[in-house]
Formats: sequence, C-alpha cells, structure tokens
Amino acid sequence: MGVEGIGASVVRKEDRRFITGKGRYVDDIKLVGMTYAHFIRSPHAHAKVKSIDASAAKKMPGVVDVLTGKQIVDDKVGNLICGWAITSKDGSPMKMGAWPAMAPETVRFVGQAVAVVIAETKNQARDAAEAVVVNYEELPAAADIRAAIKPGAPQLHPEAPGNVIYDWTIGEEAATDAAFKAAANVVSLDITNNRLVPNAMEPRAAIGEYNEAEEHFTLYTTSQNPHVARLVLSAFYNIAQEHKLRVVAPDVGGGFGSKIFIYPEEMVALWASKKVRRPVKWTGDRSEAFLTDAHGRDHLTKAELAFDKDNKITGLRVKTYANLGAYMSLFSSSVPTYLYATLLSGQYNIPNIFAEVISVYTNTTPVDAYRGAGRPEASFVVERLMETAARQLKVDPAELRRKNFITQFPHQTPVIMAYDIGDFGASLDSAMKAIDYAGFPARKAKAKSEGKLRGLGVSCYIEACGIAPSKAVGSLGAGVGLWESAEVRVNPVGTIEILTGSHSHGQGHETTFCQLVAERLGVPISQVQIVHGDTDKVQFGMGTYGSRSAAVGLTAILKAMEKVEAKAKKIAAHQLEASENDIVIENGEFKVTGTDKSIALPMVALAAYTAHNLPDGMEPGLKEGAFYDPTNFTFPAGAYICELEVDSATGKTSFVNFVAADDFGRLINPMIVEGQVHGGLAQGIGQALLEGAVYDSSGQLVTASFMDYTMPRADDLPSFKLSHTTTLCPGNPLGVKGCGEAGAIGASAAVINAITDAIGNNKLEMPATPDRVWHAIHG
Amino acid sequence: MSTVKLTVNGKAVSAEVEDRTLLVHLLREQLNLTGTHVGCDTSQCGSCVVHIDGKAVKSCTVLAGQAAGSNVTTIEGISKGDELHPMQAAFRDNHGLQCGYCTPGMIMSAIDIVNRHHSQGSGGKLDEATVRHELEGNICRCTGYHNIVKSVLDAAGRMKVAQAAE
Ligand code: FES
Ligand code: FES
Repeated sequence: MGVEGIGASVVRKEDRRFITGKGRYVDDIKLVGMTYAHFIRSPHAHAKVKSIDASAAKKMPGVVDVLTGKQIVDDKVGNLICGWAITSKDGSPMKMGAWPAMAPETVRFVGQAVAVVIAETKNQARDAAEAVVVNYEELPAAADIRAAIKPGAPQLHPEAPGNVIYDWTIGEEAATDAAFKAAANVVSLDITNNRLVPNAMEPRAAIGEYNEAEEHFTLYTTSQNPHVARLVLSAFYNIAQEHKLRVVAPDVGGGFGSKIFIYPEEMVALWASKKVRRPVKWTGDRSEAFLTDAHGRDHLTKAELAFDKDNKITGLRVKTYANLGAYMSLFSSSVPTYLYATLLSGQYNIPNIFAEVISVYTNTTPVDAYRGAGRPEASFVVERLMETAARQLKVDPAELRRKNFITQFPHQTPVIMAYDIGDFGASLDSAMKAIDYAGFPARKAKAKSEGKLRGLGVSCYIEACGIAPSKAVGSLGAGVGLWESAEVRVNPVGTIEILTGSHSHGQGHETTFCQLVAERLGVPISQVQIVHGDTDKVQFGMGTYGSRSAAVGLTAILKAMEKVEAKAKKIAAHQLEASENDIVIENGEFKVTGTDKSIALPMVALAAYTAHNLPDGMEPGLKEGAFYDPTNFTFPAGAYICELEVDSATGKTSFVNFVAADDFGRLINPMIVEGQVHGGLAQGIGQALLEGAVYDSSGQLVTASFMDYTMPRADDLPSFKLSHTTTLCPGNPLGVKGCGEAGAIGASAAVINAITDAIGNNKLEMPATPDRVWHAIHG
Repeated sequence: MSTVKLTVNGKAVSAEVEDRTLLVHLLREQLNLTGTHVGCDTSQCGSCVVHIDGKAVKSCTVLAGQAAGSNVTTIEGISKGDELHPMQAAFRDNHGLQCGYCTPGMIMSAIDIVNRHHSQGSGGKLDEATVRHELEGNICRCTGYHNIVKSVLDAAGRMKVAQAAE
C-alpha cells in the first residue's frame, strides 16, 4: 500500500472547494437570459382541477408565461413511470396509474403541481403565482394504508381497484405454514416502519436550457443518476431525443436516494425552456422538498418467527402493507419487494420463509428508495423479532442470535439471496467487547439504584449492495441493467483522467477512485482526476445508490486500468527492448525486472501519442474503457449495540454508548468509510427517535418543515465507536462490499431494542419520542 | 428599491435591492458569493450562516437593508489567500464534511463558537458536549456530526495557537 493507495485514509481532494465556498451546485449556476420558475401546487390531497385562470398573473411585472398541466399533456410529454415491473400472486401485472408532470385533471397529493409561472426574477414568479386562480373540487382522501384499503375507500386510480398496486409473495407458503404448526414457540409482532423524509440539505433544483439552432437541450439537475435521467427523459418522457439532450449533475448536496428519481420539475424545466425559448431555472425550497421529494419507508407489518424446542428458528412469516403514495415513483415497486423481502433471512439460518407484500396507493407524496431502501425495513423486522424472541424465550439476545447465525458460505436463503461470505460471529464478538456486554447487568443494576432505566439493544444486520447481475434483475422485472462503465485516459503528459458512470454526492469518489490508480501505478493522486456527472463527457453509467459505487463502479475502473496497463507495458517493453512479461510497474515507472532499466509513465504516454516508435501494428493512444457487470450482490453485515438510559419522569432517552462493528470487505479509504457509517447511523437513530412524516386524515402533511419534522442535530446524537472485521468479497477483484447504507439499516432496531429493554415492555413504535416512551412506561 | 452600502469580505459594496431582499439573496444572487447556501425557509438549518460584525448570523433571517453599514464575512472571506482558516483545515483533516452543502454554514458557526469561548479566557474551555449544544442551529444530513464535532475541537486548539502567534 502506498501512502495514497488502497487502505490509506487520504484526506479528500474535493474538500478544498467545499470548505472555501467554491462548490458548484445547480442553484449556483446562472445562464444568460435565464428565467425563474415557480410552481403552483395543490393545497388539497385529492381534488379535481376545474379551471385555472392565469390572466391576471400573465399581466404582472416580469411574467414571461404561465404554463399548465393541460399544455404539457397536449404537447405529448409522457407520464412519469415506474421502471421495475412487479407481478401479483395471481399473475396480473402491477397497476400503474397515470402521473403527468403537472396535473391536468386530478391532483392526488398535497403539493402536486398544476401549473408553473415563468418570470424574469424569482420574486416576480412567486408574486405572480399568488395571482393564479385555481378552482378545485375537493374529493375524499385516503391518507394512510388503513384508510386506503378499507372497503369503500376513496379510489385514486381507475387502474388500481381497491388502491392495491400489487399483491406479491416470495418464499414457500405451505412449507412455512407447516413449520409454524410444528413449532415449539412462536413469537409475533406488529411493526410500523415510520415514513421518513430524506431531507438532503441541498434542495432539489433544475435548469432547462433549449438551444433552438441545434434543437438541443441541456438539463442541469441535482441528480445521483444523470445518465439514467437522460435515458428516461428521452425514451419515455418524449422531452428530447437522447443525442439531443445533455444532463449535467454538478456538485450535489446529498441525495440518500431521493435524487435518483426523475421528478416532474426537471421535465417541466426542459419543456418550458423550449416553450419560452430561454433557460428556465427552478430551485425548490424546503417546504417543496417535504411535499415533493420521494419519501421513504412507510410499512405496516405483521411478522412471526417459529422456533423449535432448542431455540433454533424454523420459520418466518411476514405480511407487509407498503404505502407507495399517490403515484409510482421510478423504483418504488422494487423497494418493498426485491429490496426488502429478499433480505428477511437476516444473518440467520431460516429454513422456511414466506412473505406477502401488498403495495397501496394513498393521497400522499410518492414513496421510493431512501437510504438503504427496503433493507432497513427488513432488518428492523428481523432484529425486533429476534430481541423479542430472546425475551420471550428467556435467553440472552446475543446468544440466541449466535445460535442461529449462518456459518457456512455460500448460503442460499429461501428468498433468492445467495450470501457469498461473512463472519457474523466475529462482528458480534467485536461489538460485545467494545460495549463490555458482560458488564451490562451490573451497570443496569447500578443505574436502577440511581432511579434510572438503562437498556441495551443489539442489532445484527445484513444488506445487499451493488444490485446485480443485470440478467438476474432483468428477469425479476428491472427495466435497466445494473453494471457500471469506466474509461481511463492517460494523457500525453502522463496525467490520468478517470471517466466514471458513478456519481458522487458526498461519498468522496474524487479521492477513493484516484486511490485505486495511485495504488496500481504508484503515482500521487494529484496526478489523477475524476470526470463524472455529465452525459456529454461520460457515455453511460448507472449512477450512485445502493452502495454500488465501490463494488461495481470502482471495479469497472479496475477493469479499464488493467487494459491500460497491458498496453502501456507493451509500449514500455518496446521502448526498453525487453520482454513484455518482464515489465513491472512501480512508483510511476515501468521497469525491467532484474535490471536497472526503466521508463517513466509520462514517456510511455508520450510515446503512445507521438506514435513515432510503437510496436508494429499498435494503435496510437492510451485510453481504455470497460463495462463491468457483477456476478452477485455484495453482502456487508455487522453488529450494532446501543446502550442508553431512559428518564422515566420525562420519557427522554440519552445515549450511554453506541458501538458499530461492520464487515465491509476491503476498505479503500477507512476515514471515508467511517464517515459514511456515522451518517447512516444518524439517519437510523433519527428514524428510531425523532423523525416521522405525519399526515392528518385529510392528507395534509403536518410535518412539512424543519419546525415540525425533527431532524437529528448534533446534540441528539452520541459519538460512535466503530470497528471493522473483514471478510473479502469474493465477487469482485477488489474484495469490497459497500458501506453507505449500513448505519441506516442496522441502527434503528438497536435503539428500539435498547429502549424496550430499559422500560421493560415492547409497546413502542418509531419514532420513540419522549411522549411515546413516557406513555409506554406509564401505560 | 433602495441602495444598501456594506462591507463584504473587506470590500465596500453598494447594491440596489428590493426592500424584501434577504442578506443571503444579496450575497448569492447579486454579489455571486454562492458559498453561502440556502437549506430551508424557516431559519432552522444554518446553511446560510455568515458573520456580521464578527458574530454568526443566519443570513436568511436578515434583510439586506438591516446589514447596511456592517461588516459581513462569508465563507469566501475567511482564508488568507491560499492559506486556509484553521477551521477550514480542521474540517478537511477530520473529514468533517461529505456533500459540502452544510459546510460553509457549519464552519462559520464553528468559528464563532470557538471565538466566543476563547474570548472568555480559561473559563471558555470547549468540550464535546458544549460543541454539540452550540451546533444546535446547524443541520448536517451527511456526517452524523461525529467528525464535525471532532473538527471543531481540533480547530479550537489550532485557533488558540494561531492567535498566540499573531
Ligand atoms: S437557510 Fe438560513 S437557516 Fe436554513
Ligand atoms: S456534509 Fe452534507 S449536509 Fe453536511
């Protein structure tokens, strides 16, 4: 390992621009002649749009135009789509209701756009929006799962009778039922997984720019996934042909899933820029983010675990209702199915699993992937069940887990996944040691003597990252492949550019990806540059989500590097009059083993481009590309233990200690990996203690600002103690697994398990606010 | 419209603004100082923190007109040429940022925290709990605050050294 190579905690290259205020986010961009868009959004959760009168607004100062849902439909802009087809258990396809970018007839959630004002300034657009008169006829709304599935409930989409999108199953029903019949003990739980708002700190923004002479569009957008945005905007939304559309995602201020999807505002900015023949910029404010960014989670679940008389698990039965909101967002159908139910085996050897997932429409903001996407929900179900089982069976929670851990790999679960490798016992040991598990009963007794309720909660999570391979996900209904692409360009002077289809929105790719090149060639990372986030520069890619950038994206770079190295070695051998097999690369030099002959990388590069003296028949130039399609998911896993105290007088919880022991395979940059875990833990703890999107029965979002929706702040969280155990992923040459979502997947159950341990009962739902905890204690 | 005169990062500035213009919009839209960010519309997130006459203020909560005559420092104004402010360096060295969006506001708040505690002499000793408490006005969605707190504590030491050297 070089000082900047794989495994080194190199400080980030990208930081300089962020800490000096020189980052370039979408809202920082100004184009000549730019206009500003302000959307007119429905105040009702469910209503018919009877009429829109924009005549007064159009006469207001600075107004360029007011455009409506009817116009965008008349212009044949396509409806938004969900890209993963799910089939119900009766064989029928999922029921997708039409979702126009602005509603021409019916609005189905508060905040859905019906029209947009385009003006010379932001304030003029905002002022004029006040003067647009929309006449609505209110309809009854179904604001949550229970309301939506009740007989006689308001119906959202004619395509989906009873508001059911699909009723899907996985696993063996009969065998699982038999396991329950034969069980010595059965543990069951009703679990609500609270709805969350992703709340990346940078609100979404989009600039559409139409070039009339070229009939060409450019979209600047806050996207995790610019290439897929281009594909979908051209192939499905009919905005522009693919070769006439450039999508640029510059610095992006966090995403957590919410910026994977295509949103109506991006479509409208592009479409409107052609209408008004000027660039159109929209920047969302925080209230718009609450109302329109895809939300996360929102499950109602009944789960049961069967044990034999030796406390070995014999079966798991799960029935989950998932709220997908008013429309199906881009990946929403896959989240509660293939990303959730397939992880229900957790770290355990469970011979029989059967899960049923019923997804429903409600008059709420669409729900899609949010940090972890399905896996936090699965982990929460399994780990709440395990802790509850330990208490019910009166055995130690860690020991019950250990007894049921999968220890032989590869392991095929009954729900599709084939775990490749892991050492769950090692992670649990490491976490137990870090928290002094054995000393806990004494600490609990001492706290009790001081009048405090102390609790300890364990959570052993597993996740599936780097969704793959393309052929398999295709057979399960995915609309895209899940490979990644890369190109490595060695310039004539020996500097190197890496073009990648991954996209960084805080993960530090500009550093970690360069570390790979530094490792292989022995050059400083300052000599290497990442190019990403622009479809004019990088041909295609799949973006960053699902902790796929290292396992899939970095491996694609490795594959391209190998090709570059092979060619460079040929050139070096030719220049040095040596055999290609004798060339080794060290510290930026190509050396002939066993001699003192060498040639530096810039000379090899220069030779490639001058082409004066290359091996016969060799093409000039030194750049290579690769597409990498992994053979399997990767399976990061770990053990989290939380120790906390509850004040029984106020219901307030305070952390004593939080330890995380993860196995992410090889770590490229341990400092960055730990940062990713911290952030995930904060979101998992936020879900457990603070966060929850609340709708009233009429479908108004009650928590629509930072004043009402409790975001974790510095004072709400502890410092974390992290450790790593390592099994190298056999599925990719780097042995990496992925780390971005782990914290969010494992943390919530650890916290809730700890609180329920402290208060001595299980009657607690997330977020466990002081009020809820107080009621759980005092009945 | 009215004319507002103020000093921004040491430079005298005169700008024509609508009366409702917020300081953050003057900075971002008219002065092109886009390092100061907007993360909310309810003064909760702290992405927009700048210094007015040396004190941390949420610039989305101040009318541009209210800042007339004052000295405003933004994230763009705290380093000396290429030499980073110790707080900037500490954020980089401790991985106190990920997406970088909250970072300018965090750094401006953090400098103020350290300054206030240093000016209180030895009684102003900064510890983890104090830093966490005083960062309450700034939200970061990426870092879980762990490394931000570390950065601030690290910078507190560096800033003392820097002050002593001055
Ligand atoms: S933008 Fe000023 S506090 Fe959020
Ligand atoms: S670094 Fe992204 S919000 Fe703080």
